[in-house]
Amino acid sequence: MTTFFAILFYAAFAVLVVGVGLKVAQYARTPAPLKIPTTPAPLTPAGAAFRVGREVTLFESLWKANKPLWLFAMVFHLGLALVLVRHLRYFLEPVWAPPVWSLIVWLQPFGIYGGLAMLAGLAALLVRRVVVQRIAYISGPSDYLMLALLLAIGVSGMMMKMVAHTDIVAVKSFFLGLMVFDIRALPADPLLAVHLFLVALLMLVFPFSKLLHAPGVFFSPTRNQADDPRERRHLAPWAAQLERERN
Amino acid sequence: MAADTKIPAMGDPAERTIPRLQPGAMEQSKPYVAAPAHNEPLGFPGELVPDWQEKGIARMGELLGKYKSLRVFMDICVKCGACTDKCHYFLGTGDPKNMPVARQDLFRSVYRRYFTPAGKALGAMGMGKLVGAREFTKEVLDEWFNYFHQCSQCRRCSVFCPYGIDTAEVSMAARDIMDNIGQGHKYANEIIGKVHKIGNNLGLPGPALIDNLEGLEEDLKDETGLDIRMPVDEEGAEILLVTPSADFFAEPHVLGLMGYAKVFHAAGTSWTISTKATEAANFAMFIGSYDQMQKIAMRIREAALELGVKRIVFGECGHAWRVAYSFLNTLIGPMDFLDPRYPRPQHILEFTHDLIKRGGIRLDKSGNDGMVLTFHDSCNVARASRMGDSAGGQFVIPREVIKACVPKFVDMHPDTIGEKTFCCGGGGGLLTDELMDVRIKGSQPRMEALNDVVKREGVTHMAAICAICKAQFTKVLPTYGFDREMIVSVHQLVSNAIVLGNND
Ligand code: HEM
Ligand code: HEM
Ligand code: SF4
Ligand code: SF4
Repeated sequence: MTTFFAILFYAAFAVLVVGVGLKVAQYARTPAPLKIPTTPAPLTPAGAAFRVGREVTLFESLWKANKPLWLFAMVFHLGLALVLVRHLRYFLEPVWAPPVWSLIVWLQPFGIYGGLAMLAGLAALLVRRVVVQRIAYISGPSDYLMLALLLAIGVSGMMMKMVAHTDIVAVKSFFLGLMVFDIRALPADPLLAVHLFLVALLMLVFPFSKLLHAPGVFFSPTRNQADDPRERRHLAPWAAQLERERN
Repeated sequence: MAADTKIPAMGDPAERTIPRLQPGAMEQSKPYVAAPAHNEPLGFPGELVPDWQEKGIARMGELLGKYKSLRVFMDICVKCGACTDKCHYFLGTGDPKNMPVARQDLFRSVYRRYFTPAGKALGAMGMGKLVGAREFTKEVLDEWFNYFHQCSQCRRCSVFCPYGIDTAEVSMAARDIMDNIGQGHKYANEIIGKVHKIGNNLGLPGPALIDNLEGLEEDLKDETGLDIRMPVDEEGAEILLVTPSADFFAEPHVLGLMGYAKVFHAAGTSWTISTKATEAANFAMFIGSYDQMQKIAMRIREAALELGVKRIVFGECGHAWRVAYSFLNTLIGPMDFLDPRYPRPQHILEFTHDLIKRGGIRLDKSGNDGMVLTFHDSCNVARASRMGDSAGGQFVIPREVIKACVPKFVDMHPDTIGEKTFCCGGGGGLLTDELMDVRIKGSQPRMEALNDVVKREGVTHMAAICAICKAQFTKVLPTYGFDREMIVSVHQLVSNAIVLGNND
């Protein structure tokens, strides 16, 4: 099992990093030929960056759109964030970046709430998807599967935490080992195996799924452009090329 | 005209009911397909090409490489549904394919099938459905044609989407692809052809225009006793006025044009219309063609250079202002031949507002006695451009001008104005008779909000600053039991209130 997971995680990590990296590079390289911020928009690039920041941290537009959905989304994402930060302890040596480490340590007691929030948020999102006629209409198999996958990861994690503990010191040793290409034994624990298998699956599908919304939100032209077209001429490379050909 | 259209009921805008889904309700609604005579002058194939599927997919690939918006939006929608109850066409029809995300998915499903690894792999095995991938079949193409012409590209959905996904970008891309395989939209392509051939959307040739403007000068003389001019092709004028051609004769548009003339007269600023650029509208935006949009916009640069003007001012028109404000500098810039002390280009309302603030014109509200006004924010002004020098000026400036001209002004429900404004129902190239059914239903949210202030506040008129809105409301208001003359130009109000001449 140790070897299987070692290979699986190397593969999943490679797919995640290369996949998302390629996507981000593609987003960054694709030109935006016209100024299309949704107005009223900030007048300066710094203001636009701040707007994106608000979308990422506060889900500002979602707040305007739908308050219950905003709440579910917040509960889920904040829970997830808390869980992920807490998980850093499996990958970092205590000596690494002391302030970060002390934050992780400080957050440990909240892990359970993070996990619960994440699960509660996911459950609410799932119910909404099934119950609200409009949302059911736009949902495809992959939308349900994604929620199911995250729920399963969360449930298996919570069970380790609350029902059948695993040897987290060994887990940490396994992952620290992977980072220096030293394969150390992973506890042969079924819950852990399920948790890790599903996490690897999540990493594998990430670059091919709607989870790209996480990096993608930073590239959305309607949010990240400043409203200054009269002051500054905006010209994409292909439009400039067109112009040269014409003249 | 669709005589059998069921007029949707008007409720309380504060408690808008979201309709139950009525799948297929609007599947028959579609515009006329363009004929070769409309397509070919724009460089599009005359009719649907035999290898349209291959060509269409190739074109989609090109657009994905050219537009960051499309590229990113195709991937990042999480199907959260925040946009599902935001589109006026969905609210008015209940057709689920008029929910913005569902409309995008008509396009996205094809994108997934041909441009994503999962869609390609599963699609080849016939299991594309798992990841929402569909073959680009004739049925899909027909669906595109119908539903991407039930989107007025108003961007209301993009306000509420947590990633700012703008369905307008997707419908522009879809229409561009359809044009490039010979499945064009007759109304839009025919009009663009007219602009190239005759110079404006209405197909009004120069001499007829001059004739018409002379008539208007006489009307102004009769009304005011003053020689208020409507100059054409005057070299050395300070300002080139570019305005939608509807302003040249249709009511209530023309009353607005007379208002501009009075304002320029009162300000003592020389101005001119150019027979070369007798149209502010740029329907190429609606069909998503950068190339055509630039060609149409270029006439403005040429006209301005030929006449040697120092400023360009745009008349009341929504999408034209988007092209002018947001795109003109890109399309025909740099505009360093214009006076840098003024916005390049400027909106007529910015011009008038500035004059009012400086005390450059006098207004007498009694000119609009008995009128209670409300204001319809036009989508493209509200969500795709700006006026003045602060964010949201596009909401403040028109209201301040109206308030300076009329005895009473009230706003409609806050969810239906400003950045959340509802489309008139006729934007985005849908202002054609064969789409009357969807136009009437799509105007329901606006009519509901209007009805509310009519009942509560005794509103008698609604002002707008867009030629399309004005034309649409003129048609639609009567079907909801209102007077067609309820819709007015903002500069019509200015025209009624302005105090000219013998006052000093
Ligand atoms: C920059 C970071 C992120 C931002 C700003 C963000 C934002 C959002 C927003 C606004 C929504 C829509 C509301 C909702 O349905 O919850 C959403 C949905 C979702 N997000 Fe994120 N997210 C981020 C990262 C992530 C990550 C890392 C994951 C998972 C590993 C994730 C998983 C999901 C899922 C599964 C949904 C769909 C929920 C549903 O089915 O209703 N997000 N996200
Ligand atoms: C390689 C990556 C991961 C490893 C090694 C890992 C390992 C673990 C372990 C050992 C526990 C048990 C904690 C305890 O007993 O105190 C746990 C709990 C949990 N895991 Fe993971 N996990 C990983 C990734 C993830 C991801 C990506 C998610 C979410 C999408 C997740 C969600 C949870 C949750 C919700 C819990 C329970 C609450 C908590 O302890 O924070 N895990 N995980
Ligand atoms: S752009 Fe406007 S018309 Fe088009 S889908 Fe969005 S809300 Fe509807
Ligand atoms: S609001 Fe945006 S992310 Fe949510 S379903 Fe609509 S388009 Fe997709």
